[in-house]
Amino acid sequence: MSKIPETLRYSDTHEWVEDLGGGRYRVGITDHAQELLGDLVYVEVPEVGKAIRGGEVCGVLESVKAAADLYAPVNGTVLERNDGLGDNPQWLNEDPYGQGWMMVVEADAAACAGLLDAVAYGKLAES
Amino acid sequence: MSTNSARRTALHDWHVAHGARMVDFAGWEMPLNYGSQLAEHEAVRQAAGLFDVSHMRPLDLSGPDVRELLRYALANDVAKLDAVPGKALYSTMLQGNGGIIDDLIVYHRGDGRYRIVLNAGGAEVDTAHLQALVDARGWRVTLGKRPDLGILAVQGPTARALAAAVLGMPALAELPVFHALEQSGFFVGRTGYTGEDGVEIIAANTLLPGLADRLITAGVRPAGLAARDSLRLEAGLDLYGQDMTTAVSPYASNLAWTVDLRAAERDFLGRAALVAQSATGGGAKLIGLAMREGIPRHGYVVEDAAGQPCGVVTSGIFSPSLQCGIALARVDAALEPGAVCAVVVRGVRRPALVVKPPFWRKGVATFSFPEEYAA
Repeated sequence: MSKIPETLRYSDTHEWVEDLGGGRYRVGITDHAQELLGDLVYVEVPEVGKAIRGGEVCGVLESVKAAADLYAPVNGTVLERNDGLGDNPQWLNEDPYGQGWMMVVEADAAACAGLLDAVAYGKLAES
Repeated sequence: MSTNSARRTALHDWHVAHGARMVDFAGWEMPLNYGSQLAEHEAVRQAAGLFDVSHMRPLDLSGPDVRELLRYALANDVAKLDAVPGKALYSTMLQGNGGIIDDLIVYHRGDGRYRIVLNAGGAEVDTAHLQALVDARGWRVTLGKRPDLGILAVQGPTARALAAAVLGMPALAELPVFHALEQSGFFVGRTGYTGEDGVEIIAANTLLPGLADRLITAGVRPAGLAARDSLRLEAGLDLYGQDMTTAVSPYASNLAWTVDLRAAERDFLGRAALVAQSATGGGAKLIGLAMREGIPRHGYVVEDAAGQPCGVVTSGIFSPSLQCGIALARVDAALEPGAVCAVVVRGVRRPALVVKPPFWRKGVATFSFPEEYAA
């Protein structure tokens, strides 16, 4: 079924988090999430410098059919965002763990403690 | 998501084998897409797509009083079908108060036989309603559910020619719109729900997987419910349960053209309520909206030029063909095509152009955004 890389951590709101070291974390949505949404046509990612709070809405994902909220997986501050998504929202469908990354966040390691591993997220995605 | 209790069509395993993402729709496990809604949408606009619409239910009616029943139960007049067996008609079926019970296509098959195709969600209720009318009036009509039949829709500019070749029915080339042909167990109507040319094929469940295989081999692409929804909305076609319900009349649903009041003696169910509604004038209307910025969604509020709430979006999507937001919305205000109102998108007022549906027809947009375009 959907891909769930073992090296990443996951939120129960279907974002993935990659530990880049030095308190920096790359964030995107999971393959399962993009399958649920269908073809993405519009994405709003928070601006660089913005503080985000885990579990709270920080952006928008719109597919042809539906609008969905983007949730912040952790508390932190946006350091970088993938500006290419504005013109290429289909990257979220085509390569959700690569070209479709959404932002890099500066966060405290403790903030990531509550995230799921691949096995736990796999169970959540199946349920 | 799909549940174990959902019903399956004869093509269930076929869908799974073709990579479909299955979802529960009106109690049926149906394909949402086979990977990409956009690619499937495009295939139907450019060439041909195949939809399993077996969740829609054929109901066969026969007996000496069937024409009388249908002239009473439907807001459109099946007398239009008398002269030409095989002809089809789109109609709503109304409550006494004018509210829409369901929308349907009825085919006249000759010799006092009719076939209706009902929506998945309404089939049971509709059949019970018709049976109650038959019982109350003592009409001699037999209603036959057809669980043995399924339906495939083949839609797109090349769909009819491909279906004709696959089915060995060259007469499909001459078949007029809203007419059906029957041959060798295949009941083929030139109807659809995408705004493109095409056919809907009703046949025994046992024939459908083989037919689907042959259509795919001929170049037709499988398409799911997601593409079906974006195609029908571009074509300005209502979806029952979303754009129309028992709470609204055909006049409030952009379906006045399906109400036939010409035969004065035909006192169909809901007629008195509709006549009273027209006499009063005004009332809610279903209009089309197009938006350059922001995507309208079901439930979003529509505001008039003065900023007053005047209605609500009933269906809204990002249109793959037009590359902008489009919607059907039910409004109380008099908003004519060309006027600009607004839709509130996540708290922001976005301009919306009033468009007479359809939004897309025969390969082109039916409207363009004016230079003066601000809410």
